[in-house]
Amino acid sequence: MDVLGILIPVSLGLGLMGLLAFWWTLKKGMYDDPEGDSRRILRDDYDDKPKS
Amino acid sequence: MKDMQSHAPSVSACPACAAGGAACDQAARAPQADARLVLSVPGAHCAACLSAIERGLEATPGIRSARVNLTLKRVSVQADAGVDARDVAARLERLGYEAHELDAGTLNMTETDRQGRDLLMRLGVAGFAMMNIMLLSVAVWSGATDATRDLFHLISAVIAIPTVAFSGRPFFVSAARALRAGRLNMDGPIALALVLTLALSLYEALQSGPHAYFEAVVMLTFFLLAGRYLDFRARAAARSAAQELAALEVPRAIRLADGREETVPVAELRVGDLVLVRPGARVPVDGVVTAGRSETDRSLLTGETRPLVQAKGAALNAGEVNLTGPLTVRVTAAGRDSSLHRMADLVAMAETAKNRYTTLADRAARAYAPTIPLLSLGAFIVWMWISGGDLRLSVNIAVATLIITCPCALGLAVPAVVTAASGRLFRQGLLIKNGTALERLAEVDTVVFDKTGTLTMGTPIPDNLDDHPAEDLAVALALAEASSHPLSQALNRALRARGVTPAPVTDLREAPGYGVQGDWAGLPVKLGRAGWVGATHAATTGAYLSLGDETRSFTFTDALRPGAEAVVAALRDQGKTVWLLSGDVAPAVEAMARRLGIEHWQAGALPAEKAAKIAALQAEGHKVLMVGDGLNDTVALAAADVSVSPASALDAARAASDIVLLGRDIAPVAGAVAMSRVAVRRIRENFWQSGLYNLVFVPIALFGYATPLWAAAIMSVSSISVSLNALRLGRRGQETTRA
Repeated sequence: MDVLGILIPVSLGLGLMGLLAFWWTLKKGMYDDPEGDSRRILRDDYDDKPKS
Repeated sequence: MKDMQSHAPSVSACPACAAGGAACDQAARAPQADARLVLSVPGAHCAACLSAIERGLEATPGIRSARVNLTLKRVSVQADAGVDARDVAARLERLGYEAHELDAGTLNMTETDRQGRDLLMRLGVAGFAMMNIMLLSVAVWSGATDATRDLFHLISAVIAIPTVAFSGRPFFVSAARALRAGRLNMDGPIALALVLTLALSLYEALQSGPHAYFEAVVMLTFFLLAGRYLDFRARAAARSAAQELAALEVPRAIRLADGREETVPVAELRVGDLVLVRPGARVPVDGVVTAGRSETDRSLLTGETRPLVQAKGAALNAGEVNLTGPLTVRVTAAGRDSSLHRMADLVAMAETAKNRYTTLADRAARAYAPTIPLLSLGAFIVWMWISGGDLRLSVNIAVATLIITCPCALGLAVPAVVTAASGRLFRQGLLIKNGTALERLAEVDTVVFDKTGTLTMGTPIPDNLDDHPAEDLAVALALAEASSHPLSQALNRALRARGVTPAPVTDLREAPGYGVQGDWAGLPVKLGRAGWVGATHAATTGAYLSLGDETRSFTFTDALRPGAEAVVAALRDQGKTVWLLSGDVAPAVEAMARRLGIEHWQAGALPAEKAAKIAALQAEGHKVLMVGDGLNDTVALAAADVSVSPASALDAARAASDIVLLGRDIAPVAGAVAMSRVAVRRIRENFWQSGLYNLVFVPIALFGYATPLWAAAIMSVSSISVSLNALRLGRRGQETTRA
């Protein structure tokens, strides 16, 4: 049962990391144009980020 | 720049566009310091469109970058100062995309964006907390006991309590607001369930009890927030649509101050100001003509198609379109006091009746909201009596009942369907402005169309060009080019399209209110009104050409809007009664009705008569859909059960209608009616589905057999099945609307 002492903080930490990643995507406006992004990925010219 | 202007669709689709375009034309002369431009591009729908628009715009000098947002069907452009939205729109038009300038000032999306992100953040926190708690709960469900279970419960509590405090805030705030107003809304029982369940679970965890409902509480928060977010998105789309429409017509006017012309927003005009109205522009205010002579088109205000001659001393109403000569107007009423706004106020009054519509969700909530706490209270009292006063057992059962009956699926039932349906309709070019429009549309059995500007494009097209010799056409073109009168413009476009080159006519001058005259190889030539050129007046709309003593007449018909035939046929197939109500003369209306196969028609209808006809149909028990575009349709649009107007309509008409057609094609209207019926059926199915879950599981909870595992399982299964049912709409809707 000692392993719980490690596993529980690890699982909480992972959850927190996921939450932070979500917060970051939200901040970067990655949900602003889902329709366009789904098409953009198929284009030949590579644009790695919005220009404006 | 010059080249772009000549290609610009200044008098393109309809009178409203003509005036809107001309308004932009004035704006083009006033370079804006801010070079971030936003345009609506309703035609963009695919990856190829993205590339074509972005590359096409970026290849244009002066434009630094362009980015299309396909979700909102908008393009934002970074450009050098001096580049005007009008030029960008013209460029897009040449690329093959219909474009409308949007006023970036009116289009203040930041508040909506902030709210949306806020909700999404709360949803995210609830989601991640749910996952972590579920991890611990699975361990408890699979047999953890004693100290391990208590530890897991306590860790769950540490995660759940701050999560619910943060993520559940929208429900607490809304419930408190409703209670303070003495009402009970759906959020009341939800907030009660969240708080009570959390409190009980914490108590049980501290007392080493076997059951704690932390995962159920967080899960409930998560699913309800998901429903709330979808609902918000639908409403934000409606709100941005309203803003977008307000922004479509950028209201500017040319004010004459100390002999100088300056372009100012219409809102800044005061009574007594002098305003210059150029030919082709819409009169921005009510006023009196102080100089100039011209004709104005009031068809959008009254339905009259014949232009009226205006000279010094004549009173003009806001919304009229100046046709031939420049007019100087002294403002007598501006903004809120103008006749255009008074009309809008009338419409607002007619609309309050419409807002009383009770949605399916309202009816369900009204039945459901009091039931939940009452059921739970009943369970508590009965179990207190059965167990002889075992408070802990009774509270446990009451709380289990509360959390199981909580309308998780109910919260998702409507928003999921509305989101799926309005998304599908948006892709077909229909913008739903009003949240309840979909449900009202489903009940429609009678469809009333306006003629001019709705079933037709409102653009005259000459129909007898073949009757005239090529030489005369060349002269007509040379004269037509010199005027901005709608008929001249129509003649100009039609002749250009036939490849006619203008004859060398010199000494061109426009006689405002009459026509254009010039000199062709020594022969005086005129193009204009019948009396002025010396021709006899024909029955139909026409323009007359005189070459010395010889006269020629050009007659015009109105072009049919694309999809007009298809929409009438499809609606008749669906078993709807179709009406044609027009302010135009009987022969024209009858011809149109016969051409489209419409049985019921009425000509010469005044605005009030249109509204009265709709009221009469409603009195017979029909549910009426009105499709119209003019200011003379606005009262009818507001009076109908549900209304649609094209994006080219006057803004008062668009404001009065529930749904706006973004593209030029009117055919999607029939698809929307079919889609709305499917959507409402899905909503009903969802209600029955979530009701069924409750019917099965409430007894289980009441008899005390419910466990946290049950609660979690029911919640997820019912929410997922409701969402899947809503998503089914997407595919089914597609079949229905394409069929």
